[in-house]
Amino acid sequence: MTESLQLNDDCAAMLHGDRGPALQFAMQLVKRAADVMGACELVSVTFAHIDACFYAGRAHVDFARFMLEAGARFEIPAWTNNGLVSLADENIRDPKTEMARGAKELMQLYAELGCRTVWTCAPYQLPGGPGFGDHIVVGESNAVSFYNAAVGARTNKYGDYLDVACGLTGYAPLCGLHTDEGRRAQVLFDTSAVPDSLKRQDIYFHLLGTVIGQHAGKQVPAIDELDPDVGEDALKAISAAAAAAGGVEHWHGIGRTPEAPDRDTAFAGLHPARTIAVTLDTLAAARRNLTSAADGPVEMVALGTPHFSFTEFAELVPMLHGRQINPATKLYISTSRHVRDLAAQKGWIDALEQAGAEIIVDTCTYFSPAVRGCAGRVMTNAAKWAWYAPGMLGVEVCFGSLKECAETAVKGEAWRDRTVWRGLA
Amino acid sequence: MAELQARVLYPGTAEGPALWLDEPLSFWGGFDPATGIIVDNNHPQNGICIKGTILILPATRGSGGTPGGVAEAIRLGTGPKAIIMATADANVMVGAAVAEKLYGLTCPVLEISQSAFTSLQYAENISLTPDGQISFKP
Repeated sequence: MTESLQLNDDCAAMLHGDRGPALQFAMQLVKRAADVMGACELVSVTFAHIDACFYAGRAHVDFARFMLEAGARFEIPAWTNNGLVSLADENIRDPKTEMARGAKELMQLYAELGCRTVWTCAPYQLPGGPGFGDHIVVGESNAVSFYNAAVGARTNKYGDYLDVACGLTGYAPLCGLHTDEGRRAQVLFDTSAVPDSLKRQDIYFHLLGTVIGQHAGKQVPAIDELDPDVGEDALKAISAAAAAAGGVEHWHGIGRTPEAPDRDTAFAGLHPARTIAVTLDTLAAARRNLTSAADGPVEMVALGTPHFSFTEFAELVPMLHGRQINPATKLYISTSRHVRDLAAQKGWIDALEQAGAEIIVDTCTYFSPAVRGCAGRVMTNAAKWAWYAPGMLGVEVCFGSLKECAETAVKGEAWRDRTVWRGLA
Repeated sequence: MAELQARVLYPGTAEGPALWLDEPLSFWGGFDPATGIIVDNNHPQNGICIKGTILILPATRGSGGTPGGVAEAIRLGTGPKAIIMATADANVMVGAAVAEKLYGLTCPVLEISQSAFTSLQYAENISLTPDGQISFKP
């Protein structure tokens, strides 16, 4: 396996140590990974989204410091994923804990390594990112799925440290989703039994993504029909839900996503290996999987997983216009600084804060102290949040549409939009 | 003694008591590097400590956090002496490579076939060499 990997002069020089110990070690990691993954060559990458800036222990800090002190700097655009803490708010978390200290130190190190510090799990909402056909390196699961499916950029899911090694060297193993063969659709999701009225609801895309994640296995899924007018927020919802529920790294929405203008193109002229019928029953089952609590008083409403977009702010603001969040309920919205600033220019952030909402940047509501202290019921419109929270955070979750989340925050208890859930109870 | 030839994902020498896992393990979320204990409620060996073992497992459960969990356990001395998997996994290799680079601590990582995985189920003590020779008493 090792003998078959071809390195160009640039890579061979890095491996030999000609460009310093940091790039030498980074290239050793890339080469070993290529051997493990069975890649015969490396491919140049033009963009990285770095996940190793999210604190997961001292080794993360030591790795970044080693790279920095050994002289490494990113030469390709390298944007940062969420951090464990927000650098914007000194009060949001006790800065004295080892975890908070380590998290801030780590975020600082990646800034010094030359990252663009966007601190977002939805980097695709920012201008200037990668485009169709670009080979890139991404680690955050929803971003992997979105860049592959919605943008048509090419990335495997890179674990921590390997994302940094590929980003620093500018090379990645050429295999899997970097190749045409690896990107071809294999399993078809037939949505013809789903009523058109449901297909227009925001909640549909979260449920559909969850169903796809649960049934795709290791095959690349394709949705038989996705309206060309379906917006980026819906593509985000499908990407995040499918990645959370089943590790989906690439998918096609026939008629909507760039590699799937029609079924033949998505499947490269071959027949689907399997066809899975998406019905009201399967969507209802997905809804049950995302809901661990019966409706009742709600302690917290969590929006923005992945990070809330400008268009989602545009939808939410009128829902809360002139109203107040219930004093017994907290409404948290996590987003990037970039999107927050755009929303602030519209006056939306002021309006939401006056209504009682709290906007969180750089990190995720998932890691906010409020969530950690929350023992009760949480409503979210994000399938990804709902999927992980009962196991990881120990809270009870009820899943709802954006409108249900807004109404629930005002009323203080779970409010249901009966028109949405008809047939999905 | 019986012998097996493994594919070397990360080289090293190790010898120790075998711990054979029935199900894939997540090194991030399903395992606590501070203690070396499996903390996944859905794992049949939940509560067991992997510290100092030759860990034999079918696969890891996918997470980009795997390398960090592996490296952190090796750093803290709570990790296994070696990891033998029935499914090749770049993330485990990366964690081991980073731990050796940063801390000088070696945890070899090997890949074996499904049948070799089965044959190790009742092994008590295992030793392995840098070129992937596994020796054990069946």
